[in-house]
Parts: sequence; C-alpha cells; structure tokens
Amino acid sequence: MPSLAPLVTIRDLNKVFESRKGLFGEPRRMTAVNQVSLDIPRGQVTGVVGESGCGKSTLARLVLRLLEATSGSISFDGVDLLKQSHGAMRLLRRRMQMVFQDPYSSLDPRYTIADALLEPFQVQGIRLARAEARQKVEALLAMVGLDARFAQNHPHQLSGGQRQRIGIARALALEPDLMVLDEPTASLDVSIQAQIVTLLEKLKHELGLTYLFISHDLNLVRYFSDRIVVMYLGRIVEILPDAKAAPRHPYTQTLLDSTFAPDPTQRRDISKLTGEIPSPYNLPQGCAFAARCRHARPDCLSRRPELETRSDDHAVACFHPLTQP
Amino acid sequence: MALLDVQDLSIDIAGIKPLDAIGFTVDKGETLGIVGESGSGKSLTALSIMGLLPLIGGRVERGTIAFDGMELTRLPEPDYRRLRGRRIAFITQNPMTSLDPVIRVGEQIDQVARLHLGLSGSAARRHSIEIMERLRIPEAATTWHNYPHQLSGGMKQRIVIAMALAANPDLIIADEPTTALDVTIQAQIVQILGELVREKGVALILITHDMGVVAQACDRVVVLYAGRVAESNTVSAIFASPRHPYTQALIGCIPRNAMERGSLVGIPGLVPSVARYPAGCRFHPRCTRSESLCEREVPVLERLASGAEIACHVADKREASHA
Ligand SMILES: Nc1ncnc2c1ncn2[C@@H]1O[C@H](COP(=O)(O)OP(=O)(O)OP(=O)(O)O)[C@@H](O)[C@H]1O
Ligand SMILES: Nc1ncnc2c1ncn2[C@@H]1O[C@H](COP(=O)(O)OP(=O)(O)OP(=O)(O)O)[C@@H](O)[C@H]1O
Ligand code: SF4
Ligand code: SF4
Ligand SMILES: [Mg+2]
Ligand SMILES: [Mg+2]
Repeated sequence: MPSLAPLVTIRDLNKVFESRKGLFGEPRRMTAVNQVSLDIPRGQVTGVVGESGCGKSTLARLVLRLLEATSGSISFDGVDLLKQSHGAMRLLRRRMQMVFQDPYSSLDPRYTIADALLEPFQVQGIRLARAEARQKVEALLAMVGLDARFAQNHPHQLSGGQRQRIGIARALALEPDLMVLDEPTASLDVSIQAQIVTLLEKLKHELGLTYLFISHDLNLVRYFSDRIVVMYLGRIVEILPDAKAAPRHPYTQTLLDSTFAPDPTQRRDISKLTGEIPSPYNLPQGCAFAARCRHARPDCLSRRPELETRSDDHAVACFHPLTQP
Repeated sequence: MALLDVQDLSIDIAGIKPLDAIGFTVDKGETLGIVGESGSGKSLTALSIMGLLPLIGGRVERGTIAFDGMELTRLPEPDYRRLRGRRIAFITQNPMTSLDPVIRVGEQIDQVARLHLGLSGSAARRHSIEIMERLRIPEAATTWHNYPHQLSGGMKQRIVIAMALAANPDLIIADEPTTALDVTIQAQIVQILGELVREKGVALILITHDMGVVAQACDRVVVLYAGRVAESNTVSAIFASPRHPYTQALIGCIPRNAMERGSLVGIPGLVPSVARYPAGCRFHPRCTRSESLCEREVPVLERLASGAEIACHVADKREASHA
C-alpha cells in the first residue's frame, strides 16, 4: 500500500540524556537518539537492528511518547504527537501499544492474568460489564493461542513464552494500529521465539497491524521485516528497502559478517573484524564508525555523513558506500 | 584415544536426576559443540567434568569421565584442584563471576601463571601481556593495569579467556562464552577460540544454544534434550541431514537467510522441568512423529558405523556405505 501516507512520520528526532559520573562527577551529556528521521508505513513491519546501547529502546519509547523527546517531530496518522496534551495523548495511546523484552518484569505478580488483560481498559476509563469483561479476556487469550483457564492464573504460574503471549494480548486489548515490539523474543528459547514470531505474523494479517520490530538479531529481523533500519550510536546509518537488499554501509556489512547462518557450508570470514563501539559520551567529530571501518578515508574523520536516500528507497549515511557485485 | 571421554554419565542432585547417560568424546585440536534449549543440562555437564558438582550438592551417580587416561569421577579433590585451571580451563557466561573486582585484570592473569606454571613475577607479567596481545586486547600493557569495571563486557570476557589460557590448558570448556555480548564482539571471540584450537591444538567444548555459533565454529555436535543425548554427529551432517526429530525441529526454529516469511516452524509445547520428565522418550509430548512405543520405552543411544549417535525409536538409522 505505498500510496497511503505512512502511519508514523518521524523528523529530526533527538533525545539527550544527562548523567553524572559518580555522585560529585561532572555532568555528562549523551545523545541516545540523534537526528532520526523515519517513516513507518501502514501494514508493514519496519525492523530496527543495532547493537546494545545504539538507542533502539529509546527510539521505541519516544515514538509512543513514553519518553519526552529533546527536539524533533513525530506525526501519528497526521496528528502532531509532541504537541498533544496529556488527555489527548491518553486517548491516542489506545492506537499505539508496546510489547517489552522482559515478560517477567512487565507483569505485576500480584494480579491475575485476567486483571492484567483488563488493565488497559481501566487506564482508558472504559467500563466493562462483568460478562463483557470475561468475554474480552477469553477472546484475547484465544487470539494469542492460550486456553481460557489461564485467566485466573498469576504470572509466576506461566512460562516465559506464555507470559510474552500475555504481553502481546494486553497490547492488543484496545485494538491498536501500531505495535512497537522491543526485542519481544530476546529472553526466550528459539523454539518459543519461533512460536511467538509466527503468532505475530498471524495477528498482523488478521488485524492489519503496523509493527515497529526491534531486535539485535539480524537473522530474525531479515526474516520478519519489510524494511530494515540499522542504527549505530544513536543514528540511523542505513535503511534497507527490503530484507534481502545488500548492505551499502560498512557497519551493516560488519553486522552481517558477524551474524552466523545455521549452516556450516556458509561459514563467514571473521578474521578481519576488529574494534568495539566507542563510548557514546565522547563521539568523534567525523563518522562514528570510522575507527572500526576498513573503508575509512581521511574525509571520514573530519565530517559526519548524513543519511541520504537514493532513488531506490535505499538510504545510507556513508561517504564511501559499498558497491555490491 | 580421545583427550576427554565421557561415558554413560548420570548425576544426582538431592534426589533429582538432571543428566541421564550422557556420553561424548573430544580430541585435541577439536571443537565439540553442546547444544540444547534452556534446562537441557549443558551447564551441569560442564560442572560434572570440572568436578564441581559437590558445590551444588550433587554427585556423579554412574558413568565415567576419562581425561588423558585419568578417571576423574574417582579423583581425590586435591588432585582435581591441580587439574582445574591448569589442564582444564572453564570459561563461564558471566565474566564477572570469574573476575575479582578489586584486583587489576593483568594481575589476575599473572596469578594463574604463577600458581600453575610456577613463573616468577616478571616472567608471569610478560606471559600475561603476550596472551593479551594474542587475544587482540588493544594496548595490552596499559590494559593490564585496569580494574574490571573499567572494561567493556567484551573486553572483560577476553580477560577471562586470557586467564583460562594462562596455564596452557589442554581442554577449554566454554559455557555460553558470548551470550551476553554484542554480535560483532561475539564474532571476534569465536574467531579467537577457533585460532587456539587450530594453532595450539587445544580441545574445546563450546556450550551454546546458538545454532549459528555451532555452525560457524564446531567440528562435532552433541544435541541434548531434557538431560539426555538426542543425537551427535559431525557439524556438517547435523545441519545437512539431521536425523533426530528434535534436531530437525530445533533447526527449523532458526530464521535463515532467504527464508520465506511464514516458513518458520516452532516446536509446540515446552521443555519439561526435571521434576516432570515424561516417561519413555522425553521429547514425545512435543514430537510430531511420536508413536505409542515412544511413550513407554526410553530410546537407547545407538552408535552407527560412521560414529554418529542417535536415540530415537523412529528415526532413519541407515547410512550410505561411503558415510
Ligand atoms: N534514562 C537514561 N538516562 C541516561 N542514559 C540513558 C537512559 N536510557 C538510556 N540511556 C542510554 O542511552 C543509550 C541508548 O540506550 P537504549 O536503551 O535505547 O539502547 P538499546 O539500543 O535499546 O540497547 P539494548 O540492545 O541493550 O537494549 C545507552 O547508552 C544508554 O545507556
Ligand atoms: N543446583 C541444582 N539443583 C537442582 N536442579 C538443578 C540445579 N542446577 C540445574 N538444575 C536443573 O537441571 C536442569 C539442567 O540445568 P542446566 O543448568 O545444566 O541447563 P542448561 O542446559 O545449562 O540451560 P541454560 O541454557 O538455561 O543455561 C534444569 O532443568 C535445571 O533446572
Ligand atoms: S563514512 Fe567513511 S568511516 Fe564512515 S562508514 Fe563510510 S567509509 Fe566508513
Ligand atoms: S523416540 Fe519417538 S517421541 Fe522420541 S524423538 Fe523419536 S519419534 Fe519422537
Ligand atoms: Mg533496548
Ligand atoms: Mg547453562
């Protein structure tokens, strides 16, 4: 549906964190999300991939305004999110929901599963008659493939995969348009991850959902996403127009080279990989990847490459992008 | 004779039997992968070889663990202590459990070399810095002086590997050595471990739940399910033609390059907990090929002519004659 306007349009989004090193230390500033511009098309899966600390979760929370941006704009279905009052925001939240990484901490141990599934209605001030509430709970459990008897259980009686299904059911309760999935399977075994990913695929088809899907697992993101956003130290360095597009940014290539296929005939040459992510508190003035980049030239050290979109929808922030055979 | 030969290993922890008849061998210059989902018994297998079960109130109930001709299950603790860290090194998932937060990281590597190799202070320091350089720790002589908290997770894990190497061990057991690390750092650590095996002839047991790491780094693979060996084979055979239904299902769970969306198949149900291991084949409640025999009888681990091993009533055990 490329003719429709994107569900979410993000422009020049920034989030600066200030912290102190130690109790009396100098205050330090770091930009966890840096000049991010991104469209989230309707009905598609936009994948976000990058290593720990690159700003994926911060971006997710900014998009839902669970965290206030330092500057920039986010438009959700034509509404300027960052200008909404708290009341207006609460109503809008029905349409955008988040599933968190840790199914253990996102559910309150004192409440039953039924309570957890009805909480979104309470937050929104929606009153449900008892019979209606029971129907809702049963329908939500069925949607995520769980038996109705789980309604009266407490979270500790459920496995990690079952808890994550509850997290998804709760996010679905208010029939949202956008689901932000922040590493929803990172704490689960592969067999359970496959179950959850398959469930998310099915729900997307049935309910016409739009996903922002965050993961550090490039294999998983490539399997699940229509487009892939690659982040490095707070910035988008590349947007791949489809999951099979060959990378043009050297960092994306490094990620790909570090990601092993479950196939010993496709072993990767990893002898040339070096270096670690620099500290986000003192970034170099040029390209943040320069110290680890095998393609770096002198100009990379003095200027910072901006994200530029090519005609084929492929955006890259690099002065010397890779040309694939 | 293999450097390490584990046969029919069963353990007991306060009446619980988390491992049942585990067996495998590892040769010098070889990397053996032990894979399986959470709770399958990977870490307990490592603890058994290290002789550390008493620490968690457990003991070897049956079976043998032969290391370089020595029977470890009957080895007195003082002898075990001389073996541990010297000839068999153990690398755990969380580097902080192996590092002392108030001692400089270089000093901690030195201590190993002094204790096990009897090196003098300055010789130990030279030895440590040489190992750190081999592990591509930048500015090794400077990093020697750092405390653990001053280093990144990937760098701390390299220090732990340096400690493991300091006594020139013959066997390294690495229990999820990269699970907590970013992929680019994981790749570097996998590369470093691979070089040790190839260049120094170390035997490596790599415990992981990441089938990508297995495919990249291992020569042979043991697949565990619920405390038993399901299948073991060369890495190429495990991925090209897995025979055991669990191995097949496990590989089907992993997204691959060029895989069509919707083609991922999970495994229904859950890994059972030790207290609720089902009778017969422990995989039967989740197995798509289960027959009534599977619910009653434990499938024995059969050794095929090629050296492959498989425990399943139904799987095809014929081998092509050239195999
Ligand atoms: N509330 C906060 N105060 C200060 N710094 C923060 C805060 N939240 C996040 N950060 C920092 O912002 C950066 C980005 O963090 P974020 O959690 O968005 O990363 P991520 O990509 O989600 O990483 P991971 O893969 O580990 O989840 C990190 O350096 C983090 O330490
Ligand atoms: N000290 C203990 N006492 C009793 N049972 C234990 C103990 N340690 C582990 N177990 C049980 O033994 C089984 C195997 O545990 P083990 O730690 O070896 O699994 P693993 O394969 O290493 O899993 P993971 O991938 O989560 O590390 C699990 O079911 C676990 O609950
Ligand atoms: S801008 Fe230069 S240093 Fe940065 S990724 Fe491109 S080639 Fe490498
Ligand atoms: S023995 Fe039966 S239940 Fe077990 S893996 Fe084989 S076919 Fe499946
Ligand atoms: Mg995160
Ligand atoms: Mg373990």
